[in-house]
Amino acid sequence: MGSFPTLLYKELLRFWKVAFQTVAAPVMTALLYLLVFAYALEGRVRVYEQVSYAQFLVPGLVMMSVLQNAFANSASSLIQSKVTGNVVFMLLPPIGYVEFFGAYVLASVVRGLAVGAGVLAVTVWFVELQLAAPLWVLGFALIGAAILGTLGLIAGIWADKFDQIAAFQNFVILPLTFLSGVFYSIHSLPGPWQAASKLNPFFYMIDGFRYGFFGTSDFPPFASLAVVGVSLALLSAICLLLLRSGYKLRY
Amino acid sequence: MTLAIEALNVEKRYGALRALAGVSLEVAEGEFFGLLGPNGAGKTTLISIVAGLVRASAGKVRVMGADVIDDYRRARRMLGVVPQELVFDPFFTVRETLRFQSGYFGLRRNDAWIDELVEHLDLTSKADANMRTLSGGMKRRVLVAQALVHRPPVIVLDEPTAGVDVELRQVLWQFIRRLNRDGHTIVLTTHYLEEAQELCDRIAMLKAGRLVALDSTRNLLKAFSGVVLRLRLDHEALPEGLDAELLARDADRFTLELRDYGALEQVLHRLRESGASIRELELEPPDLEEVFLRVMARH
Ligand SMILES: Nc1ncnc2c1ncn2[C@@H]1O[C@H](COP(=O)(O)OP(=O)(O)OP(=O)(O)O)[C@@H](O)[C@H]1O
Ligand SMILES: [Mg+2]
Repeated sequence: MGSFPTLLYKELLRFWKVAFQTVAAPVMTALLYLLVFAYALEGRVRVYEQVSYAQFLVPGLVMMSVLQNAFANSASSLIQSKVTGNVVFMLLPPIGYVEFFGAYVLASVVRGLAVGAGVLAVTVWFVELQLAAPLWVLGFALIGAAILGTLGLIAGIWADKFDQIAAFQNFVILPLTFLSGVFYSIHSLPGPWQAASKLNPFFYMIDGFRYGFFGTSDFPPFASLAVVGVSLALLSAICLLLLRSGYKLRY
Repeated sequence: MTLAIEALNVEKRYGALRALAGVSLEVAEGEFFGLLGPNGAGKTTLISIVAGLVRASAGKVRVMGADVIDDYRRARRMLGVVPQELVFDPFFTVRETLRFQSGYFGLRRNDAWIDELVEHLDLTSKADANMRTLSGGMKRRVLVAQALVHRPPVIVLDEPTAGVDVELRQVLWQFIRRLNRDGHTIVLTTHYLEEAQELCDRIAMLKAGRLVALDSTRNLLKAFSGVVLRLRLDHEALPEGLDAELLARDADRFTLELRDYGALEQVLHRLRESGASIRELELEPPDLEEVFLRVMARH
């Protein structure tokens, strides 16, 4: 338990010191998505009865922001430390690999939730939302952020350069979030695309999260919970094994 | 006697390159130990293995009896390392940096000692400045403070005076010497050999991953370096049969090397006999640079 509180605090302070860039900027981006898409598509797309397109869109945008920022936090923090060399300050002390994992992932979760809360706080001025099952909202946000925080940590461990993180972000994280049903319901897709979407783990995070707002979803929420729960367990195990072996951190 | 550092047949391979080719050495508790060698000799690699930053390809390393792999928690607690590279985290101030480092060792109420470090290293006026805004020498001081936050019994400094002005060098050595007097073991690498000669009790020299010398500073000086005698005579020639080696000459100026101070008498005697008179005379004590060059040339 020794180093965990300090490492967590350091990670939180790191993004909090530049909150304008790490929290405010992504909130702004999400707001722009909402204004543009809701304006362009309102009335043309109707997913569920009783739910306008803008209402449908907001939870997706919130969750997308949570996920992307959770990933960005751990990934950019670790790659920065590796590239600048200050990672030695964390490698010299007796920090256990579980503590290291816990601190980085938890800080990512906090950043993700902070951004998500920010997006929600801003968008409720424009769109009226119901909250059918708040515990589902919280649960999926937490697990989703933890998954992406872990994924970011794995990417940070693996990468040697900033561009590799950027590539991971642009070619893996961004497509998976965009194609997970943030902007549409997968039921509106043709058969093969619907099937493909169900292979995307991000779909279950967004869909489960949305269930918490509307009480209806494309996929049964307990099944989604199982999918994301198992994903988190699997990724955590991989990440912990990497950290324990010292892969790419201790040569 | 406890050994501060114990390295046994340590090897490190990077692909085809053998950065360390089986190095064994022991540093006793309380010693001031010098680790010397040309660029690329493997000094930093050895230090990194001791610190657990790099894994040895073969061999064992212990710090204060704790294996750096099997008992890494204890080994790391015993060790403070000042890295060679000037690394820092640009997000934080000096004080934050030191508090975090302390916290990583599980020490959360350590402000008194942190204040003392800051003061001794002349960082008080910069304590709340961001690390980014510090000059190179100031950053180096913070690195030293970071290595000491947990009061480690063994302190390793990898070229701590590279790019550091004279004043800080004095401040730093005064501080490090005090730590050594208080019982801390110090391991130092440096390319300033006069520093090593002045400070270190014992010295190891590495070349291309091999240990090529390991002895007390005094023995090394005795074995590898003589006394240099510079003369200016009223003659342009030296008498025959001098018990000394001629290193260089320039008209009436001669540079001779004597085995030891005892040989001086014979040289003066021969000069008097030959009728030469001395215009200038200068003696230079043995120096480590000479030792270093000779040891490196032999291997
Ligand atoms: N990560 C690495 N990958 C490949 N080779 C490496 C790596 N680290 C060090 N080396 C090589 O190992 C050898 C020893 O390097 P090391 O840094 O230990 O030398 P050094 O004695 O500290 O030199 P200097 O006085 O320049 O600091 C060098 O040839 C170096 O190029
Ligand atoms: Mg070096």
